[in-house]
Amino acid sequence: MQTFNYVKPASIDKALAAANGGKFIAGGTTLVDLMKLSVEQPTGLVDINLLPLDKIETLPTGGLRIGAMVRNSDLAWHPEVQKSYAVLSQALLSGASPQLRNMATTGGNLLQRTRCAYFREPNAGTPGGYGCDKRTPGTGCAALEGYNRTHAVLGTSEHCIATHPSDMCVAMAALEAVIHAEGPKGKRTIAFADFHKLPGNTPHIENALEPGELVTYVDLPKPIEGSRSVYLKLRDRASYEFALASAAVLAKVEGGHIRYVRVAMGGVGTKPWRSHEAEAALMGKTADAAQFRKAAEAALAGAKPHNDNAFKVELAKRCVVRALKMATS
Amino acid sequence: MATATTPQAAGIIGAAVPRIDGPVKTTGTALYAVDHDFPGLAHAVAVQSTVGSGRIRKLDASAAEQMPGVLLIFHHGNMEKVYRLFPHQDDATTSEARPPFEDDKIYYWGQYVALVVAETLEQATAAAEAVRAEYDAETPNVSADLETGFTGQRHSSWKRGDPDKALAEAPVVIDETYITPVETHNPMEMHGTVAVWDGDNVTLYESSQGVVNHRIVMAEVLGVPRENVRVISRFIGSGFGGKLFPWPQSTMAAVAARKLNRPVKLSLDRRMMFSNVGHRPLTEQRIRLGATADGRLTAVRHDFLNHTSMLDDIVERCGEQTPFIYSCPNLEVSSGLARRNVGTPTPMRGPGAVPGLFALESAMDELAVKLKMDPLELRIKNDAERDEGTNLPFSSRHLKECFTTGAEKIGWKQRTPEPGSMRRNGKVIGWGLAGASWGAARIPCTATVELCPNGRICVRCATQDIGTGTYTVFAQVMHAKTGVPMDRIDVLLGDSSLPDGPTSGGSMATSAVLPAATNAVNSAITRLMNIATLTQNSPFYGAKPETLTLIDGRIHMKEPEQAGVRRMALTSDDAPAVRPPAGGIPFEELISLARLSGITATGRTFPSFEDPKAKAYSLHSFGAHIAEVEWEPDIARLRVSRIFSIFDCGRIINLKAGANQILGAAVMGVGMTLLEETRYEKRTGQPINGSFADYLVATCADLPELDVTFLDYPDLIVNEYGARGVGEIGMAGVAPAITAAVYHATGIRVRELPVRIEDLLQSKIVEV
Ligand SMILES: Cc1cc2nc3c(=O)[nH]c(=O)nc-3n(C[C@H](O)[C@H](O)[C@H](O)COP(=O)(O)OP(=O)(O)OC[C@H]3O[C@@H](n4cnc5c(N)ncnc54)[C@H](O)[C@@H]3O)c2cc1C
Ligand code: SF4
Repeated sequence: MQTFNYVKPASIDKALAAANGGKFIAGGTTLVDLMKLSVEQPTGLVDINLLPLDKIETLPTGGLRIGAMVRNSDLAWHPEVQKSYAVLSQALLSGASPQLRNMATTGGNLLQRTRCAYFREPNAGTPGGYGCDKRTPGTGCAALEGYNRTHAVLGTSEHCIATHPSDMCVAMAALEAVIHAEGPKGKRTIAFADFHKLPGNTPHIENALEPGELVTYVDLPKPIEGSRSVYLKLRDRASYEFALASAAVLAKVEGGHIRYVRVAMGGVGTKPWRSHEAEAALMGKTADAAQFRKAAEAALAGAKPHNDNAFKVELAKRCVVRALKMATS
Repeated sequence: MATATTPQAAGIIGAAVPRIDGPVKTTGTALYAVDHDFPGLAHAVAVQSTVGSGRIRKLDASAAEQMPGVLLIFHHGNMEKVYRLFPHQDDATTSEARPPFEDDKIYYWGQYVALVVAETLEQATAAAEAVRAEYDAETPNVSADLETGFTGQRHSSWKRGDPDKALAEAPVVIDETYITPVETHNPMEMHGTVAVWDGDNVTLYESSQGVVNHRIVMAEVLGVPRENVRVISRFIGSGFGGKLFPWPQSTMAAVAARKLNRPVKLSLDRRMMFSNVGHRPLTEQRIRLGATADGRLTAVRHDFLNHTSMLDDIVERCGEQTPFIYSCPNLEVSSGLARRNVGTPTPMRGPGAVPGLFALESAMDELAVKLKMDPLELRIKNDAERDEGTNLPFSSRHLKECFTTGAEKIGWKQRTPEPGSMRRNGKVIGWGLAGASWGAARIPCTATVELCPNGRICVRCATQDIGTGTYTVFAQVMHAKTGVPMDRIDVLLGDSSLPDGPTSGGSMATSAVLPAATNAVNSAITRLMNIATLTQNSPFYGAKPETLTLIDGRIHMKEPEQAGVRRMALTSDDAPAVRPPAGGIPFEELISLARLSGITATGRTFPSFEDPKAKAYSLHSFGAHIAEVEWEPDIARLRVSRIFSIFDCGRIINLKAGANQILGAAVMGVGMTLLEETRYEKRTGQPINGSFADYLVATCADLPELDVTFLDYPDLIVNEYGARGVGEIGMAGVAPAITAAVYHATGIRVRELPVRIEDLLQSKIVEV
């Protein structure tokens, strides 16, 4: 770990002014971990725990505004979230452990980094260490020929196959959340689908934030009347493990036909994976197992497995099918 | 602390007694090894190799040396002299024989290449990161395929009859290979050492399963007389075998402390636990079974390889139970070692038996399927009446009853053999069973018991409590023999300066300490009674010692008419004019009457291997697990839902601690079967999943319903209480019971652990 400066400003303006070259620290559950591993080496930390971003408010439009500092536990157990955005509550509660969720924040969860073991190795991307284009562009990707059981099958590139690990983000992708950011150039909103970036040739660029930009809120649109939502997470053990495959589904069925549907997947993509292909295969169709399987096939049609993770393709399909069953039953 | 409901006096043996060390542990006041702190203590951090094979071309510590607070950096270029132990030619056992920093060679990823000592832990950590090592790296051999290209020797053992001929002639044959992966001991408390020198004497605060062994090893490594080394491990955050023998960090801390003339603390981190302090080695086991069409075994061959490190020969004795668990006229076991660039393996809970019985019992299940025979019936049919390996009678064997009791509990009769044929609540369920066994012995032990003038009893022994309840066993014996309440009994363990006690390993601590503790307290009581009758101002002066008894810690006359003896004594001139009070007198009152500092006696355990009576028997514990899994084919989700564990471990001394061992072992077995595997990166040899996020152990959410039954037949050949041991056996048989259940639910036979979603996705069973 490197020596760093630390400030704890009480206002957003002061936080933005202090950000220069440093990193925001919220719950610290990703950042401090990665600092200890020398993956993150910020020269300064701006602690945002005093910022007034810890509220959940109903928007005049009927949606929900979630402050970036709202803890994962508080968000998961919020009555409105449990009632109208069950998929988000379930996703949050399936993640990490109670202790971690009590610290982890909404903003931090959006920006959590991959669990790729090579990436997390202190000397990755340095001479003598594992190649990792995400750590140091141009050093290659050790996971391609390495142990890649937990790696992604969708959205990969020859430069990076790291999975985006978040559960919360998968639910937010399905919910079509909107991210509010504030930075040196002012305020702006970013559609959820545009927030996380595919690795392509630049796996080190993971999201749309500009340097020094702060996530302030995440807005959820008004709940879809008559819809149901579900998050299903599959993994080796029953708790405290990242997803091998997960699915977030919002669906509305009328007269046996699907009138509204959103499908997103976790554990399989290099970003929280919204599947327009699955949705297209379902819209207007009958809500039955055969259609669900077709949708799942469509969702994984572009999958590119590596040595150890081919099983994820079938697992993700089964996950999508079961989540669709649950949301439409 | 005994609760109001705990039976008193002799009834405490076999009762469910809460651990006497529970309160200090749960209140956080128990001091573990690296909790110890001293004025002037310096902190050490180890630097690990980032290659898995080769040599250090250049090690540059110059920048690190200049960093704030740095006191010392050791590496192969400047390490102080330390000594080796010659394997198997010593009083003690070590683990990794190569002394740290002995030369520039790298044998495995993570090997220590330097040690940084600084004023604070943060300074030492920062400087350790600044040590630059360059390597001439070679590709390490960490291949998990042991058989291909194997050129080592195979050692045959336990051969009887002609197994090859019998196999060739057998109407039904099973010939399969089973693989168990590397598993890492993951006790909560990591290995660590605080070394404190005082002149030529050193005290080592350790997390050790054997303080006496540790002391001998460290005396030899450091080149000082044994009496100059003291090892203290009062509380241990478990070990699972990983802490049986010293590891290099102990040497590194001791040498640094000697060099600096300051106390030095060195702890491993969780990552290092995966590379530097042992693991259960990879095993590859070919099992061949021959049987008659009606299911009688005619031949068993158990040929296994396990991996070991480049420099140490560690055999995982997978075939230990094979010669005697079932009856079979033709049998052979063979073993071989395959060298890999990995750290030195070491015993892990149920070494040998756990992987070995996974293979053997899995093959038995496969044989049952092939024979279309109930796997329970197959076990019963081939039950052994005597140990056919040693040709000795068993001291006490009730394996058959373990199986039948378990079968009764789960309702085995309802089992339909067809895979996927049993359903409950929309889930497919599977049932499987397997047997277990583990050796018993009485190993040497010495303990002293002191009856103290303050009314307390103090018992001392240089064994240790690794979390299994050894403190409480001593207290139970003291209470049973004296009636002194549990909260007035002090048990001092975990200090090599106490009378020599056994290593906590092989499930032999309890059977070893019971006789020593009993003999010691009995002698102390005898002395107390003698003194009571020989002390002039004692109310029992002149009485015969045999007429006295100790009840609730008070000395009484045994029977009322004995008072006559007493009156005669009173007539003598010099006798004091006191009469024995009706309720007797507290033992401490006598100690003060006699003006003694206390009454102390020593007791010893006479080892079973020197006892002709014990040598005439095969001493083993037995058990059976019956596992139930729930399987949801649509989402490839498998969970273990119930395990019934029925065990024949002699008499259980503390029901609570005993059941706790079996429960914990079953949970560890669930982890072994479904989750655990240390993966080595093929290019670097690094344990690539060396963290608690990536190396999966069972969580509370993974726990099945657990049901433990002890048959509780005392084995009086082992000791007067009839107690054997329970630490390891509970883990044996869990994996094959679960994989048999997995087969029953899914139709998938998993011969390579752990059972993975990848395997289960192949199942043809569908949801209804
Ligand atoms: C052992 C373990 C298991 C886990 N398991 C799971 C799991 O199963 N599922 C899952 O989804 N997650 C899991 N997590 C990840 C966890 O959800 C994240 O660590 C957590 O959400 C991060 O939030 P934080 O507030 O602690 O972020 P921090 O660590 O404080 O920050 C993370 C990053 O976000 C940046 N940041 C934080 N807030 C803002 C902001 N407002 N604006 C701009 N940048 C910001 C920081 O600069 C940093 O780069 C696990 C974590 C651990 C350690
Ligand atoms: S998958 Fe991505 S993060 Fe992992 S090693 Fe490759 S480039 Fe680095």
